[in-house]
Amino acid sequence: MSEKVLMKGNEALAEAAIQAGCRLFFGYPITPQTELSAYMSKKMPKIGGLFLQAESELAAINMVLGASAAGKRAMTSSSSPGISLKSEGISYIAGSDVPAVIINVQRGGPGLGSIQPSQADYWQATKATGHGDFQLIVLAPSTVQEMADFVGQAFDLGDKYRMPVMILSDGMLGQMMEPVSFPDKGEPVIPERPWAASGHGGKRPHNIVNSLYIEAKDLEKTVVERFKKYDIIKKEEQRAESYLTEDAEIVIVAYGASSRVARSAVNSARAEGIKVGLVRPITLWPFPTDAIEATVPTAKKYLTVEMSMGQMVDDVKLVVNGRKPVSFFGRTGGIIPTPGEILEEIKKLNGKEA
Amino acid sequence: MKIISNKISIICGHYGTGKTNLAVNLARDHAKAGEKVTIVDMDIVNPYFRTSDYKKILEDEGIEVIAPVFGATNLDLPSLPAAMYLAFEKEGTVIFDLGGDDVGSTVMGRFREKLTGKDYEMLYVINRYRDLDCDPKATAEILSEIEKVTKLKATGIINNSNLMYETTKDHIEEGHRYALETASLTGLPVVATVLRRDLSEEYREKPIPGMGEIIPVDIIAGPSF
Repeated sequence: MSEKVLMKGNEALAEAAIQAGCRLFFGYPITPQTELSAYMSKKMPKIGGLFLQAESELAAINMVLGASAAGKRAMTSSSSPGISLKSEGISYIAGSDVPAVIINVQRGGPGLGSIQPSQADYWQATKATGHGDFQLIVLAPSTVQEMADFVGQAFDLGDKYRMPVMILSDGMLGQMMEPVSFPDKGEPVIPERPWAASGHGGKRPHNIVNSLYIEAKDLEKTVVERFKKYDIIKKEEQRAESYLTEDAEIVIVAYGASSRVARSAVNSARAEGIKVGLVRPITLWPFPTDAIEATVPTAKKYLTVEMSMGQMVDDVKLVVNGRKPVSFFGRTGGIIPTPGEILEEIKKLNGKEA
Repeated sequence: MKIISNKISIICGHYGTGKTNLAVNLARDHAKAGEKVTIVDMDIVNPYFRTSDYKKILEDEGIEVIAPVFGATNLDLPSLPAAMYLAFEKEGTVIFDLGGDDVGSTVMGRFREKLTGKDYEMLYVINRYRDLDCDPKATAEILSEIEKVTKLKATGIINNSNLMYETTKDHIEEGHRYALETASLTGLPVVATVLRRDLSEEYREKPIPGMGEIIPVDIIAGPSF
């Protein structure tokens, strides 16, 4: 690993993309992801890459589709309202079976909302980023180091499954600074893309990258095939961190920024003798059902903590499936819950019979 | 820090080098020492982790805070209050916390004439561990960009090389070498070295030659979890 330096999460995302071999970045400005684009604009020209500020989010995401269709590693980044605008293009990318990395540094919503951190785009990222039957792989970092690590993994997953991958971050992780290091490796290995529409010199049949199907039966067949791939991903790619869950009677489920606050509350509650643990989903899709299922035998209660009115809590309930009560605590609109608030919730649950 | 007592000082630097954390620590130290202190948040480019976030703590300690009209709110609007003009006329210790790089420092340019004939310090904050390429030449270049837009010349370097809670003595020593190299490239003195409070005692007693004044600081900027 390289020497550690202090970086903002947004900068770490940008540097990691460059180190993963991404040389094409298409964006449109928005707070609080600004430093990512700024970093790209400064660094890309120096290394023979391209930073392009498009005329709109729609243009930027369609440039990503074009670059990916031509077989290149391409990325875009935005924040909540900008992701809504990009969602049409993301659907086209999914429908075209090409990889791409999309960063969402979430802010408060709906509408123009706020520029403060939020996790209210969980449903959007995992269930409805655009129209049609499709999924994105969604990774949720919780430290600046993970912001760096997950970008390369996102590009690799995208290549492996030929699909778009989203990093669902938030304003706090994007703006905060922590020590971070990057892997010491030479040129990144970018897999061959035999499907790319990148010129064939008459030596092979031409490739078509497209999401339009003239015959309904062909579209159905394609979508069904894609869902078989999703089944494999659900089996193979779930990731979560389990913290002090072995004997936990209360299991908190939280991801990203709110998992940091939750962990702090878990430590305080443990110090008071309360048996509480944390499951931190790292992949939001596929949702880490196995990690949560593993806690069901010992857990008496679940508490989902989010910076939203409660979105991931639905997926937790689907796994727990009525066997144990699942409650929710959240702050929204750009407010980060405090460790004290979560500790209070833990104490309330601890005092109550199941 | 003795040299900033009872005059205007301008804290500038690459963004993320710790300007706000330093400015807030200095304001509190000088207020504790009985000086009348005004802190001016001149950062209109970065909406997160800024002096305005600490307004209440500072005001409770008797420090006057002058901040952009919409600082610490959801409005991403770069507008300055009229009170910012008054900051140049204040008695006592006045600390200006600029935004990062030339972009964040540009706003100071319009106030340049306010400093004519005044004794002031413009202190360039550096952190060796904010720079992936660890290049003193690039660090010197950022300063010349800041000087261009502020139309002011820096008077000294403050070495704030650190890795937050992961800072070790090796980092401090390597950061010091980096500061000296930057100093020789810019022709400026290293007037002070900033150290996390728990690491500062040792160097206060036995500083490495060229460190300047040792300023102990608490890490207050950023989330606590």
